[in-house]
Amino acid sequence: MANPILTVHDMSITFPDRNGDLDALDTVSFSVQPREFVCVLGPSGSGKSTLLRILAGLLEPTSGSFTFAGGKPKIGMVFQQSNLMPWRTALENITLPLELQSVQADEAHARAQELIDLVGLQGFESSWPRDLSGGMAQRVAIARALIHDPDILLLDEPFGSLDALTRERMWTELSRIWQRRQKTVLMVTHSISESLFLADRVLVLTQRPGKVKLDLGVDLPRPRADEMRYTAHFGELARRLKEAIG
Amino acid sequence: MDWKLLRKPPRTSRRSLHWTAFASLAAALLGWWLVSRFAGLPAFILPAPEQVAVRFWKALTDGSLLVHTAATLTEVLLGLLAGTIAAVTLGYAIAKSRLFEQLVSPYLVATQAIPIVAIAPLLVIWFGPGIFSKVLICALIVFFPVLVNTVVGVRAVPRPFHDLMHSLRATRGQILRMLEVPAALPVLLGGLRVGATLSVIGAVVGELVGSDHGLGFLVNVGRGQYDTALVFVAVFTLIALALALYGLVSFLERKLLVWQETFER
Ligand SMILES: Nc1ncnc2c1ncn2[C@@H]1O[C@H](COP(=O)(O)OP(=O)(O)O)[C@@H](O)[C@H]1O
Ligand SMILES: [Mg+2]
Repeated sequence: MANPILTVHDMSITFPDRNGDLDALDTVSFSVQPREFVCVLGPSGSGKSTLLRILAGLLEPTSGSFTFAGGKPKIGMVFQQSNLMPWRTALENITLPLELQSVQADEAHARAQELIDLVGLQGFESSWPRDLSGGMAQRVAIARALIHDPDILLLDEPFGSLDALTRERMWTELSRIWQRRQKTVLMVTHSISESLFLADRVLVLTQRPGKVKLDLGVDLPRPRADEMRYTAHFGELARRLKEAIG
Repeated sequence: MDWKLLRKPPRTSRRSLHWTAFASLAAALLGWWLVSRFAGLPAFILPAPEQVAVRFWKALTDGSLLVHTAATLTEVLLGLLAGTIAAVTLGYAIAKSRLFEQLVSPYLVATQAIPIVAIAPLLVIWFGPGIFSKVLICALIVFFPVLVNTVVGVRAVPRPFHDLMHSLRATRGQILRMLEVPAALPVLLGGLRVGATLSVIGAVVGELVGSDHGLGFLVNVGRGQYDTALVFVAVFTLIALALALYGLVSFLERKLLVWQETFER
């Protein structure tokens, strides 16, 4: 394998708790290649969000370590709830990361406009978040995560709160955006079809404490379409993931 | 997200609000006129509406009403400003640090138990009958509600927003300016709205205790001279002042919080 962009080594985290400590992650190790799309699959409570929070620098692991190639990475994060600031318009939410880096307003707007075209939000630039549907809000969140050209995208069940139809439309969108932008993606999900639709590789975490139980390459051809679900190979991969989750 | 809970309930339409307010005002005025006309009370107990109107015109044209209103307004605004600055600063520190909260909250609760109205004479004795003692009383009365709202507002900022800002390596100053201030603003302005009305009360209490100008002083003058119409003029001016301040904060809310809802014109 070439040089990984992210290497996680024996990482564990324990939350202090009144009735005994809570082990959330147990010696998790894996690596991610540049431009790879990796899904982390696991039952709820298996420490998936915790893993992303550690990688985003929001939490310290209790032991073990992780390294990004080239030092401190720029992070683009998308959460389960779109997490848009209600006092900013769609456009202003997208430019937030650039404002934090003191990028000139006109350059920020030009870059935001590009992303608005990419995620298909033309005409909603000056909408308030309260007026956006769940799917549109998540598009804004994805655009915001991309605008500062991050080294890695960390997605925490970004489509978990959407209805089934919108969610599947967003899979196609995200696939297209990922291929267009050539980004490294680490995405958390608890849906087997979601991971098989999107990922190059799926890591399965066990029930708490989370431990990598299976590291499965997904060699389904791209672009992946809906019919793919009915192929024998898809069924076989889904079965192996299901077994690993238990 | 529970963020939506912070939104205000839909308002009654403005026009119907104007009409009901106007109708109830007219009814009250008519009732007042009927009582003063037929109850046979002397004017120093209950002056008739037209007597108060004449007295108002006199106070307005001889300039005394403007002078005293300006004096009270100055105290109210300075007190509001000082109290708000102190409360927001301290409130932010309390919201951000549990240790600091534990250090100061016993004192804050103790000061809240002191009735400001009762110590107003003491403050006038200590700081004189001039403007300073009034500003101090206003500031003290404004302080607590604004403090509480600041703490609540800053603490209510949803954690995912903080996560987002930290994942983007925002500095403390950026988090304050781009997250905490706008997120806490609705609650803070709510505190300011209450504070503005309280500040008027503070100024009047201070003036009643001892001063040589202001609308509270005018109330004292009117009472001393059995010029009850003048007392009415002063009281109505105070009501107008409090309403104007309340309206000013509501106007600020409408300007600053457009993102909350579409306001009716
Ligand atoms: N800050 C925290 N303090 C204490 N316990 C936590 C904290 N964050 C997460 N946990 C616990 O760690 C476990 C894993 O949580 P999480 O990473 O959110 O799981 P997932 O995202 O896979 O559903 C859960 O049992 C959760 O209660
Ligand atoms: Mg989670």
